[in-house]
Amino acid sequence: MTDTLVAFIVKEMRHILRDRRTLTIMLMMPLVQVVLFGFALRSDVRDVRLVVVDPSPDPATLALRARLEAAGRFRIVAVEPSMRAVEPYFRRDKADMAIAFDPRFAERLESREAPQVLIAVDASDPNTGTTMQAYARAVIWSHEAELPARGAGPLRIVPETRMRFNPTLESVNLFVPGLIALVLTLVSALMTAISLSREKEHGTLEILLVSPLRPWQIIAGKVLPYLVLAFANAVTALIAAWLVFSVPFRGSILLLLAECILFSIVSLGIGVLVASLTDSQRVAMFVALLATMLPSTLLSGMVFPLASMPEILQVLSNIVPARWFIVIARGIMLKGVGLEYLWRETLVLALMTLVIMTAAVHSFKARLA
Amino acid sequence: MRFRLLRVLLHKEYLQIFRDRVMLRQMIMMPFIQLLVLSSAATFEVKTAQVYLVDQDQSASSRGLMDRLRASGRFELTGASPSMKLADQALLGRRAGMILGSPSSFERDLERTGTGSVQLIFNAEDGALAGVTNSYAQQIIGAYSRELGRAVRPMVMETPRIDIRTRGWYNQELDYKDYMIPGILVQLLTVVGTLLTAMNIVREKELGTLDQLNVTPLPRSAFIAAKLLPLWTIALVELALGLMVARWIFDVPFRGSLLLLVLASCIYLVVALGIGLWVSTTVETQQQAMFISFFLIMIYLLMSGLFTPVRSMPQWAQWVAEANPVKHFIWITRAIMLKGAGLADVARSLVILTVMGILALTFALRQYNKTSS
Repeated sequence: MTDTLVAFIVKEMRHILRDRRTLTIMLMMPLVQVVLFGFALRSDVRDVRLVVVDPSPDPATLALRARLEAAGRFRIVAVEPSMRAVEPYFRRDKADMAIAFDPRFAERLESREAPQVLIAVDASDPNTGTTMQAYARAVIWSHEAELPARGAGPLRIVPETRMRFNPTLESVNLFVPGLIALVLTLVSALMTAISLSREKEHGTLEILLVSPLRPWQIIAGKVLPYLVLAFANAVTALIAAWLVFSVPFRGSILLLLAECILFSIVSLGIGVLVASLTDSQRVAMFVALLATMLPSTLLSGMVFPLASMPEILQVLSNIVPARWFIVIARGIMLKGVGLEYLWRETLVLALMTLVIMTAAVHSFKARLA
Repeated sequence: MRFRLLRVLLHKEYLQIFRDRVMLRQMIMMPFIQLLVLSSAATFEVKTAQVYLVDQDQSASSRGLMDRLRASGRFELTGASPSMKLADQALLGRRAGMILGSPSSFERDLERTGTGSVQLIFNAEDGALAGVTNSYAQQIIGAYSRELGRAVRPMVMETPRIDIRTRGWYNQELDYKDYMIPGILVQLLTVVGTLLTAMNIVREKELGTLDQLNVTPLPRSAFIAAKLLPLWTIALVELALGLMVARWIFDVPFRGSLLLLVLASCIYLVVALGIGLWVSTTVETQQQAMFISFFLIMIYLLMSGLFTPVRSMPQWAQWVAEANPVKHFIWITRAIMLKGAGLADVARSLVILTVMGILALTFALRQYNKTSS
């Protein structure tokens, strides 16, 4: 019996190895992703193109302008006399921010009347918009603090901020765990679903079903090669992250790899389930896409924080395996914690594996009858 | 003759698409699900942050600070103790997102030197969350120090002040939905255009019906036109559906010209379909087609500015992004919908898309001839 199973697995392996094109892409993918994520996916705002609206330049506004330019983040692309000229810059994506000075800036400053400064940003991207505002405000505040004062200075509470576990808020460190979840899902769930439903479409699954192989053996044989591939992918991604970006691995690598395998098995189960519920490759792909890729990227906390989502989506996110895996991977890599902090998440994944695998084997058996 | 042929073929393709009910349902459902889930999931706004308080000062000022944080409604106290160690454990166990620590000399320093320091420690495991929470906390602390200042030293008003006003154009309420939904629409068109085209043609290959079609006197251009046109129209219908959902359910503003957006979509879809066609000529099975288009789409989307701004990328990546059709189309869509940009504003990107469309189509056509001969 085991011989048949081994032979079957070898056959499946050959199928995958023969398809060079897919294999190359499959092995390259994690590398490309890590590099892309690491180099290109940043949300920090470094180069703000600024339009200065200065109706009547005077030494005080010039000083503040120089101050803004010296801050390093701002680049003045134009100086306009009125706010009306600003809109076209924004619409054509030639500027991100406009700062307009009070026409009687120096005079008011001198007479302690608090001259106005208007910071207008292109807030079509709210995130970048607020960040740019905060930067500009900080520059103006520090300029204000250095202006000659009469009397005592203001009271100040200085917050000493520390970003624990990721001091520089390096985005690679945050994305890599999510990325691994994504790669594992893609290879495990999507590829399995398509490969199984392909046999179905071609009618070869019937042949397999009348062979002496048991349903669970067919599933195991179909699934194992992809498990190996998924694991290889996760390892490549981890090595790339470590070599190129020196992403930290503070916890136990062994535990992380074990969790990767656990997560792959859940995803494989979903793949099998999808394949047994659908009839054609196209439909299988669509369902797998909707059932795995979308939730894994959006409802997992990989890009957008779960805590920001509406209540119902937070509840819904609990059935997304990637959501638990990301907590585990971040915990191990960034915080260096072990099972004593992560046992709950691991247990959830294990339970999911059990439920999904049972369901998958069952729905497969049902087709026999 | 040729047009009649094309008409018959088109009829066949439409019949095939409408017969596959499951597929059709999926295609129509996808925009709704995506828009519903994505648009409410894609936000960085932080509602409440869990705070662990380590108040070693126990003074009126340190308590006042905590009160101000709580009063803002954005912070919630989950625990308090004088021990930093316990606080750190709360951070490790994800029970707290932030530690607020006030050293025992906080109030004394504040009174004597005018400067007191507090500690803010964030769980930066979730970077976006930590960053946003930090900016909220900083604002509240800033306001509180001014408040304290006014109470203790009325002289403060003697220092020069600049009255800063801020305004966010195109999105006053800083609603993340308004920004994400146009991008999601583009993603949708890309997936439908590229993925379905690739799968559709490869399916005929896999089933052997492509060979049958190839031995008919049918000109290749007619065959390809018949394959692409239905998908092109389906993608446009999806766009229309998506726009309606965006407009009426999510209240996304539409400030520019609908006609201009449709024109841009028509051009963009040629690019997306052309890429799908090209993929289909290079692969043999649906699995490969799916995998390769998926890989391409992923790179396109990540480099397009959908999730992270293109202008935050390093210079080389920004140049690479210029060759990314999705980047141009996302920009056009956002500019038209949110900023009310006109033809003159988006002309450059539109021209680039047109060139890309012509290139993709001719390239794919030539490739197709070669492989099937």
